[in-house]
Amino acid sequence: MSFQIDFGGEKSPIVGIDLGTTNSLVAVMELTGPRILSGIVPSVVSVKESGEVIVGAEAREMLLTHPERTVYSVKRLMGRGVDDIQDELKLFPFQIAEGSESTIKLKLGEKTFTPPEVSAHILRKLKLDAEAELGVQISQAVITVPAYFNDAQRQATKDAGRIAGLEVLRLVNEPTAAALAYGLDKRKEGIVAVYDFGGGTFDISILRLHDGIFEVLATNGDTHLGGDDIDNLLLKIALEDIQSEWGIDVSKKSDAVQLLRRAVIDAKEKLSFVPSAAIDLAYGGKTYQREITRELFDKLATPVIDQTLGPCRDCIKDAGVAVDQIDEVVMVGGSTRIPLVRSAVEVLFRKRPHTELNPDEVVALGAAVQAGILSGDVEDKLLLDVTPLSLGIETMGGLISKLIHRNSTIPASATEQFTTAVDGQRNVLIHVVQGERELVKDCRSLARFDLKDIAPMPAGFARIEVRFLIDANGILSVTARDTRSGKEQSVEIKPSYGLTDDQVEAMILESFDKAQEDFNERQVREARVEADTILAATDKARQNDAYFDLTDQERSAIERGVNELLVVYHGDDHLLIRSKIDQLNEATQTLAENMMNTAVRGALKGTNVNG
Amino acid sequence: MLYYEAFGLEPALSLDPDDLKKRFYERSRQWHPDRFSRASAVEQEKALEMTSTLNDAFRTLRDPIARAEYFLKEKGIELSKEAPPELLEEVFELNMALEELRDGDESTRPQLIEARNRFIAMRDSIDQTLAATTDLDQVRALLNRRRYIKNLIRDVENVLPN
Repeated sequence: MSFQIDFGGEKSPIVGIDLGTTNSLVAVMELTGPRILSGIVPSVVSVKESGEVIVGAEAREMLLTHPERTVYSVKRLMGRGVDDIQDELKLFPFQIAEGSESTIKLKLGEKTFTPPEVSAHILRKLKLDAEAELGVQISQAVITVPAYFNDAQRQATKDAGRIAGLEVLRLVNEPTAAALAYGLDKRKEGIVAVYDFGGGTFDISILRLHDGIFEVLATNGDTHLGGDDIDNLLLKIALEDIQSEWGIDVSKKSDAVQLLRRAVIDAKEKLSFVPSAAIDLAYGGKTYQREITRELFDKLATPVIDQTLGPCRDCIKDAGVAVDQIDEVVMVGGSTRIPLVRSAVEVLFRKRPHTELNPDEVVALGAAVQAGILSGDVEDKLLLDVTPLSLGIETMGGLISKLIHRNSTIPASATEQFTTAVDGQRNVLIHVVQGERELVKDCRSLARFDLKDIAPMPAGFARIEVRFLIDANGILSVTARDTRSGKEQSVEIKPSYGLTDDQVEAMILESFDKAQEDFNERQVREARVEADTILAATDKARQNDAYFDLTDQERSAIERGVNELLVVYHGDDHLLIRSKIDQLNEATQTLAENMMNTAVRGALKGTNVNG
Repeated sequence: MLYYEAFGLEPALSLDPDDLKKRFYERSRQWHPDRFSRASAVEQEKALEMTSTLNDAFRTLRDPIARAEYFLKEKGIELSKEAPPELLEEVFELNMALEELRDGDESTRPQLIEARNRFIAMRDSIDQTLAATTDLDQVRALLNRRRYIKNLIRDVENVLPN
């Protein structure tokens, strides 16, 4: 039995969730430290023909049989617009539904889903797994995001949590979470770099440790760079091979591509431990095999790995530290198992990186530690994180005026004065962008804020003070005040990407019904499993001599019990099923006792014979 | 002055960086929103307000230049946007050289590298003088000059890669 923390009566634990590109995990903080609950859940979602949504390992199998009803690596789409994902569409079999101009919608069989809804299905599965293991309802979570995620990507992740019925108490950056999990604070003072190379994202963060405070000095990364990219390079070679060997182009056959992708990943993973591995494919009565040596693999992977080194150098520079001041380097994410990644990091940082903890689990463990900080169970640690990207507003001529610079500790704020340009002007539109470039067109549009209902007055007279605030989750909010009247100025937000609040609300309502349904379904399924067990046992007992020793009355009570249970078995009332199980249990009590006695007698007799 | 208040400090041009850092960590531990995740909405709002101000203040006060600019602004002293007269001739020549390099005349490159290094040396020397200056008029003049030189360095570096 696991030892549960007393969260003070009615309070249920806050779970920590790593919502990864390839795999997701849930963990919880216990007295002995953070612990992973249940297992790794592949971040794959599939919709069966019946309309049932399945998640995880089962859905990953559907990738092979029903690729058109299945989606993976959806994290790559979070908080993005259809224009930004053109490169992704060439490499990933995302099926974009019509009407995706403002918000991406994915087609899975007959249904369409936004990326936050797909992620919500993964989160709901993790929530149910955690509830099953802990035996309590879970309603609050810490979810991790890549440190380099922008505002829209963070907001989309938070939306996913809400749709899944989770109150997201904090979004925590993955590398920072990993630093928490590593227990690096045993070292009272020091500088630590966390290199986090996952399936689809890359992050580098440099932290200063000070007496339990984890202060992020700088972060950098690429939210579209990961092991997936190496897979795609291998896949391309294999597809070309097959084209020349078989004379057919299988790249349009999505089931073949998925089989091949699986074979490529197998080979890639093996190559971390052996000098050579084969890509094997059997498809349509044909077979393909290609031996990949570590040497060839390294040659292919080098450009991808090199792309991580630039952000590392920039991050060291931004942190204002010299390489030899960095005391420790921590490796996170499945792609850091690749020997070439480890040696590249070792060369850059001039020290051997830490690889003691499972790179797939360390982020979820750290999320659980952060959950412990929020619940008050962990008192000696505190994370001070930064915003990865500068925040600015559009000024004249498409230029940007930066208000909050990247690597500012969050929460962070900036205040700016606005006025009107024409007599009687009633509103002012503020365009907020995120990024490091000088021109609006090179940055990421976040949202347009409309200051509405300004009292009519001559041009330049209005005095509106706008406050931009980035909270501890790295998410922006904007408030405005009319400094002449001191009144709150109304602001209408038009997010450039992602869902409006109303859309999220609608999805929550829908999923709330779903959650109830899920819950019921699970109860019914569990009751049926129990019914199966007792029905099978009763059936077997009826062959036993002891059954015939029963009175007619006792036998008919058992018959009735079986029949009544069978009648309710296919209904959807789990309470009724359970009451009939109890009834049958009672009716078979004498039979069970008699059988036990006979068995004991038999066993004793056996002893006598042998003795 | 709000930023000094956030640290419980009296407004002053110079301060002890180690003491500032210590106060920053203490106050972060006390007020960070992580400490209030199960508190009431009002308390959460207050924690957010306190820490965002603390962080903004720390960013400004730990940097001697940003601190001096903040201090002057709060005192109602504005920086001028005009070029310091003693630099005018140099700036004129610099702009010509920049123009020529942009037009592809490589011969001005050594001159620009030399100018950049000289400006960087000027900036560093201003920073040193500033650290020892308490007279507000002098601080203002130094900051004006520094801001102007900083822009010159930026302009040269935009044209000279590395």
